[in-house]
Amino acid sequence: MAKKRKNKPRLLQGNEAIVEGALAAGCSFFAGYPITPASEISEILAYRLPQVGGTFIQMEDEIASLGAVIGASLAGAKSMTATSGPGFSLMQENLGFACVAEVPCVIVNVMRGGPSTGLPTNPSQGDVMQSRWGTHGDHPIIVLAPSSVHDSFEITIKAFNFSERYRTPVIVLSDEVVAHTRETVILPEPEEVEVLDRIKPSMPPEWYIPYEDTSRGVPPMGIFGDGYRYHVTGLIHDIRGFPTARADEIEPFMKRIHRKISQHFHDIQIVRHFFTEDAELLIIAYGSVARSARRAVLDAREMGVKAGLLQLVTLYPFPRRDVVDTLRDIDVVLVPEMNMGQISREVKRVNEGMSRVATLNRIDGGMITPQQIYEWLMKE
Amino acid sequence: MAEITKLVHKYLRHDKKFPHVWCPGCGNGIVLGAMIRAIDRLGYSKDEIVMVSGIGCSGRLPVYVDFNTLHTTHGRALTFATGIKLAKPELKVIVVMGDGDATAIGGNHFIHAARRNINLTAIIINNNIYGMTGGQYSPTTPYGMRATTAPYRHIEHAFNIAELAVTAGAVFVGRGTVYHARLLDKLIEKALLKRGFGVVEIITHCHTQYGRRNRMGDAVAMMNWQKEHAVRIERAGDLSEEELKDKFTIGVLADRDLPVYTEQYDLVRQQAREMLSR
Repeated sequence: MAKKRKNKPRLLQGNEAIVEGALAAGCSFFAGYPITPASEISEILAYRLPQVGGTFIQMEDEIASLGAVIGASLAGAKSMTATSGPGFSLMQENLGFACVAEVPCVIVNVMRGGPSTGLPTNPSQGDVMQSRWGTHGDHPIIVLAPSSVHDSFEITIKAFNFSERYRTPVIVLSDEVVAHTRETVILPEPEEVEVLDRIKPSMPPEWYIPYEDTSRGVPPMGIFGDGYRYHVTGLIHDIRGFPTARADEIEPFMKRIHRKISQHFHDIQIVRHFFTEDAELLIIAYGSVARSARRAVLDAREMGVKAGLLQLVTLYPFPRRDVVDTLRDIDVVLVPEMNMGQISREVKRVNEGMSRVATLNRIDGGMITPQQIYEWLMKE
Repeated sequence: MAEITKLVHKYLRHDKKFPHVWCPGCGNGIVLGAMIRAIDRLGYSKDEIVMVSGIGCSGRLPVYVDFNTLHTTHGRALTFATGIKLAKPELKVIVVMGDGDATAIGGNHFIHAARRNINLTAIIINNNIYGMTGGQYSPTTPYGMRATTAPYRHIEHAFNIAELAVTAGAVFVGRGTVYHARLLDKLIEKALLKRGFGVVEIITHCHTQYGRRNRMGDAVAMMNWQKEHAVRIERAGDLSEEELKDKFTIGVLADRDLPVYTEQYDLVRQQAREMLSR
């Protein structure tokens, strides 16, 4: 591994690229529980993390996995877990904890068919809404969806950077097709990767107020053992971290944790425009479906149809501005999804009836092919 | 101020909004006092202690003390503690749980933490009831007793927490009561010194919820019950089965040595690096 040539092409699957991305971003702790189609991430990290002085542990379930990840993050480690639908359901409890206690961590959910045990080896995009609203209570969250092997690498690094910068859990919403596709990629060298770390307190410990508002809305994070002793809780807390039931402390807290994400919307929002400039027919897609859509757009263009694709990489906070702007001169937009229609509802919500939002939903365990999207484009 | 009170004040958070949440007469303060005395005697610095709790009356314990403190989700304290310890093994991680917290919702985490032998100290405060939520039966509510969710009588059988810990593989298991406060200090001290997963089960009273419904009297009466029903493990051998029938043992129930997770993982790292450089 140490002797490899620089920027050598490598044949990787999506899950392997997530591991590479995590290590490049500085991940030093992983806790997980076996589940198809995410297990490769655990297996490879069990091998790789001890090589770089990191820690891998297989926990007794997914609840415990995210608990350990949060604990490790509080002790200063960049931490991650990976799972699929059933495990993601179990993680919702501690996901809410990470939101309210503002603990950076990355949760990979390789989506498979649901509900329940569902279709363990088939792709799906059925967990979009769960990734936004799965844990109870109003909470901010960042959700990113990779669409290829290279994306899996890049998006995982972004996920770590966002989680560290904004002190929030970030969900990488992959799917079985992205996870298990093998393709040749050229990954950047570690020194070429932009890695962001959390901001730690610089004031003397006795001046440290752990949850005090800042201009960025993100308070510096004390690390257990570094001398900044403070209280971390899942209860709504005051600026010192102590539980509170006072209305004048609850509201500023709730508003701040939402504001720290909304205020940095421009930084978090990642979309990709593909022939949208002059498009008459638009597709909005994410994950592996975006890949199929890309092919369909090229094929349709060859036949003289002015098709375009707006690929959403950031699913939440929902990239409202880009969607609204792109839809301004569009009469019909197609939102193909491997679910009964989840992002299509968001598109309808922000578009407020200005364009017709067509859906193409596949829920039979198969992926949406370029052909399916192409046929729709040619029909319209 | 008595010396012992001064000592407690040294570790309390004076910027915390007191009063605390516990009922007058609660045993949780005795547990916290015992923990503070053990920590002080062993000379740990405040910075190296991490106190982790779950949910319930016991869950509020860390908020009052000036350590690195973490109040987690219900039953999950040991999982968070596992992450902290693995990421920073030099920290001394103490986990405080209640009986419902540790053996109902967190039962799975408890047995696996014991099996894994991570260097953590688990303090389990057993008051036989869910106190904070209003007196519902817990996994340690004895057969035949009453709770708000067992208004007629309880028909399930109780866990023996300390024995559960022994069977699950904990290398150190002690049991004490809040009546036997000096023994408690020693048990916690021993558990803190132990390399590996140490458990101290502490029998306490919830006169507000459990005692009241079962006509066991006030806090003093319930502490007297502890005194009358606890048998030192060293003396248990001299008593007949009949004499031990409604008693429980206190003292060190298990003390053994097994490879410690964090040390083993260091060896794994070493092995991984050697294989990499080969």
